[in-house]
Amino acid sequence: MENLYDLPANRLAEKLKSKTLKPSHVVEKIIQRIKELNGRINSFVFIDEPQALKAAKAADGSDLKGDLSGIPIAVKDNICVKGQDTTCSSRILKGFRPPYDATVIKKIRENGLILVGKTNMDEFAFGSSCETSCYGPTKNPWDPDRIPGGSSGGSAAAVASGQIVMAIGSDTGGSIRQPAAMCGVVGMKPTYGLVSRYGLIAFASSLDQIGPITKDVTDAAALLGVIAGHDEMDSTSADIETPDYRKSLVNDVKGLKIGIPKEYFIEGIEPDVLKAVKEAIELLKKMGAQIKEISLPHTEYAVSTYYIIAPAEASSNLARFDGVQYGFRAPHPKDIIDMYTKTRSQGFGEEAKRRILLGTYVLSSGYYEAYYLKALKVRTKIRVDFTRAFKEVDCIVTPTSPTTAFKIGERIDDPLSMYLSDIFTIPANLAGIPAISIPCGFDGKGLPIGLQIIADAFKEENIFTAAYAYEQNTDWHSKRPGI
Amino acid sequence: MAGKCGKLYKKAAKVTKVIDKATVKHVALLSRLALDEREETTYSTQLASILSYINKLNELDTKDTPPTSHVLSNLRNVDRADVLKESLKAEEALANAPEKEGDFFRIPKVIEGK
Amino acid sequence: MKYEPVIGLEVHLQLKTKTKAFCGCSTLFGQRPNSQSCPVCLGLPGSLPKLNHEAFGHSIKVALALHCSVQKEIKFDRKNYYYPDLPKNFQISQYDKPVAHDGFVDISSCGKIKKIRIKRVHLEEDAGKLIHQTGGPYSLFDCNRAGMPLLEIVTEPDINSPEEAYDYLTGLKSILKYLEVSDCDMEKGSLRCDANISVRPAGSDKLGSKVELKNMNSFKAVRLALEHEVSRQMEAVSAGEKLQQETRLWDAGKAVTLLMRTKEEAHDYRYFPEPDLVPFVPDPSYVEDIRKTIPEMPDAKAKRFKERFNLSDYDIAVLVSDKAAADYFEKCLESYDNPKTVANWIMGDITAQSNLKNTGIRELGISPQGLAELLKMIDGQLISGKMAKEVLLEAIEKRCEPAQIVRSKGLEQLSDKGELEKIVKVILGRNEKSVQDYKGGKKNALTFIIGQVMRETKGKANPAVINEILKKSLGE
Repeated sequence: MENLYDLPANRLAEKLKSKTLKPSHVVEKIIQRIKELNGRINSFVFIDEPQALKAAKAADGSDLKGDLSGIPIAVKDNICVKGQDTTCSSRILKGFRPPYDATVIKKIRENGLILVGKTNMDEFAFGSSCETSCYGPTKNPWDPDRIPGGSSGGSAAAVASGQIVMAIGSDTGGSIRQPAAMCGVVGMKPTYGLVSRYGLIAFASSLDQIGPITKDVTDAAALLGVIAGHDEMDSTSADIETPDYRKSLVNDVKGLKIGIPKEYFIEGIEPDVLKAVKEAIELLKKMGAQIKEISLPHTEYAVSTYYIIAPAEASSNLARFDGVQYGFRAPHPKDIIDMYTKTRSQGFGEEAKRRILLGTYVLSSGYYEAYYLKALKVRTKIRVDFTRAFKEVDCIVTPTSPTTAFKIGERIDDPLSMYLSDIFTIPANLAGIPAISIPCGFDGKGLPIGLQIIADAFKEENIFTAAYAYEQNTDWHSKRPGI
Repeated sequence: MAGKCGKLYKKAAKVTKVIDKATVKHVALLSRLALDEREETTYSTQLASILSYINKLNELDTKDTPPTSHVLSNLRNVDRADVLKESLKAEEALANAPEKEGDFFRIPKVIEGK
Repeated sequence: MKYEPVIGLEVHLQLKTKTKAFCGCSTLFGQRPNSQSCPVCLGLPGSLPKLNHEAFGHSIKVALALHCSVQKEIKFDRKNYYYPDLPKNFQISQYDKPVAHDGFVDISSCGKIKKIRIKRVHLEEDAGKLIHQTGGPYSLFDCNRAGMPLLEIVTEPDINSPEEAYDYLTGLKSILKYLEVSDCDMEKGSLRCDANISVRPAGSDKLGSKVELKNMNSFKAVRLALEHEVSRQMEAVSAGEKLQQETRLWDAGKAVTLLMRTKEEAHDYRYFPEPDLVPFVPDPSYVEDIRKTIPEMPDAKAKRFKERFNLSDYDIAVLVSDKAAADYFEKCLESYDNPKTVANWIMGDITAQSNLKNTGIRELGISPQGLAELLKMIDGQLISGKMAKEVLLEAIEKRCEPAQIVRSKGLEQLSDKGELEKIVKVILGRNEKSVQDYKGGKKNALTFIIGQVMRETKGKANPAVINEILKKSLGE
């Protein structure tokens, strides 16, 4: 018999609708699974069992309206939930309970999903491995000696291990897609401005987007449908009508033009990854897609551009953590400056400090033009690459990450090598365009490999069609780690 | 970027000193971070390595390229009507305060102007 | 060598809006601490700003009134610095694309008109308020003011004396009040001023090391601080000292400026475009619509008053200094065409009352038409001038129109000849003796008789009419 916790939300929702299952039963099973595994995986940093059970009980007796009504969901620890610990996995936000719900949380509640808890992440989303969390690293369910990817590693590991049905992550340079790839689940970063950022604790405001991490593409489309849409509270929220993404879930890619950027198929990619991605492209071709080699000439400058813009914005966004109004305050400060300095030095971890220093440096007097302004200009070039490409193709297919999950501790002392693990995911953030990672195979060690599909701004539907069709013709997404 | 991923890893090892300890100290001061001797050394080495990688951007001519601060280039004039919204109650505003006194947040004494 | 001061001023103006610059919290002054805050103005993690349309409109209105060019593209930037009254440790402000730039204000100083150029006008958010415990080891923070819309108006260094600085501020304040975009109340902090000052050899076009002066709480304080700073700098330069670029605080108690920070300690604000707000590209028709709402400015109004009304320069200056008073004056003239009388009443009793009640002329509750009615009653001898003043006071107290008071008390003078003749006849009949006395030469007997008539009419009889009747009755 199949385990309830292995089912995607769309399958559970059918059972809930037909009353074969009750929401409280699902939530109980999920919480049981979390309790069973969290000691080993460390994907949850906070579980609100009483609230979740209460909400589920209430759902038992009521009509389930939305598609995802009664489905348990977890959110990354950088999204504000009223009255619930929201800490960005950082010591500096210890005990912080926001007096308000993020817009996505409001939408999740309105649609009847049941919030179960908060998932682990790299501190302030600074990382690609989930190792910089103040709660300790999350482990990859496929091999607990390995990282789950990051920064939304807790969300991805929780979905992969059946500790939650679906989860919310945030993606600034690949933080949804890279862990999704490494944990063998589906993760999507929507177009910048599609999902409200109100209540998402900012890392880099011009790059951050909230998105779904799910067991399959159908769930991703459903959850995106829940959280997308214009928000009065976010000045950068696009004022557009959100389409019904479920309508793009058709098993037909005939005539779909798929671009393969030569700059993404480079030496340095692990051979198994390269092989899996090439096979995926072959399959798409067989299914009727038109495959076309394209060029995104400024790809090699994306990481540099990102590591100027993102830390610069982060250094400013994180200035507010000073111990005055909330969170951690270092004891016994001599004076106000001492309080600031001690609070920040003791409250932030190493990687956070590194990015604050880097960001402050590139914005400081005399360096702004050489670094920050330069990066904004190169950002334009990277955007233009994509704009040109999307005149010729409907979507672009690449590997999500050059490697599969690496060992915990392997790159932690070499920040640059860590930064380079986001080499294929960063460009979509810089261009503000949507991209998904879906499972496309396993390497020789049995570790999952992710396929990235990128589309033009607000063309999520192209991504869903390609991803859904691929998923219908493979069974990678139904593999579960033996944990 | 053929082969560059591999090359880049190598480049990380070969560090050009573009950021010295004094600069790291100054930047730490601006960021309100206190670094010990060991951290100063580590960060100056690591930042130097990152910056030397970042300097790649200088290969590109951007003279005539406009900067992108916002990707949604059609989004303009987003504002709100001057209409009151409910504020938090003082108790809610102060709920997370590490220290408070009456209706105020309390902090170590600030010497005006410093 | 002769030296001259070179002064530039930065005025911070709190714009009058219902809500803060980037959130929907109230801007009311003097409320319970931290009761007017939300995640946005508290700078809570995850919150995002959204610009107040009214504040933006006000900023364009000021820019246009100061003859500035409104920028085609306006954007906001973050100004990064740590200070505990700044919840996010950055201020949303404007750097290279402010609302407007390159305008001017004509000021009259020592009888001459001088053009002071405006360098830029930009919109930003205010900081919260710190309260420093005297003696205690703590400071207290109140967020209510944080996020209020502030307009910064920066001049070029065109001001050459503390007196000119004072005249500029007075002139600017008058313009700003006319625009009705701010209370311009220095006591409440809705108008603040910092100054940049340096000295240079007279006639030179080079600028010396500039000193930034802060902490001046009135226009007079600005003048005093600048006077002090001018002499301090001139003495230093004359003694061959080299001045440093620095920031100094005015100590009003000691009447001196004190060093706050040197150039080396100056901030590195690390400005960069605010990613949470998109650019603003005001539609030309929107800007023109705002231009149409700009009222006649004080100097134009003074000129017109001088041409049209026979009033002294002093009267005109007083009336024009308060737009509400000037408007009231003109409105009143529509129903009562005697400028001098109206001006006297407005500058006299009405201003006295509004000063006493610390409120504007319109808030007194007497409409211009109401005042006109009252003045007409005096002219028509319905009431006396003295009565009118009492009526005015009572009307203000009771918040009704003067005519109502007059009617309700039956205060109209009794001037009806027939009515009064009847009364006089009765009084004369009752006081034969006094009539005889009068006829016998005792002239003050008449005063007694008038007094009796007044008593009978409860003081309402028109004395002139009584006199006329009596003299006729007594056969003169």
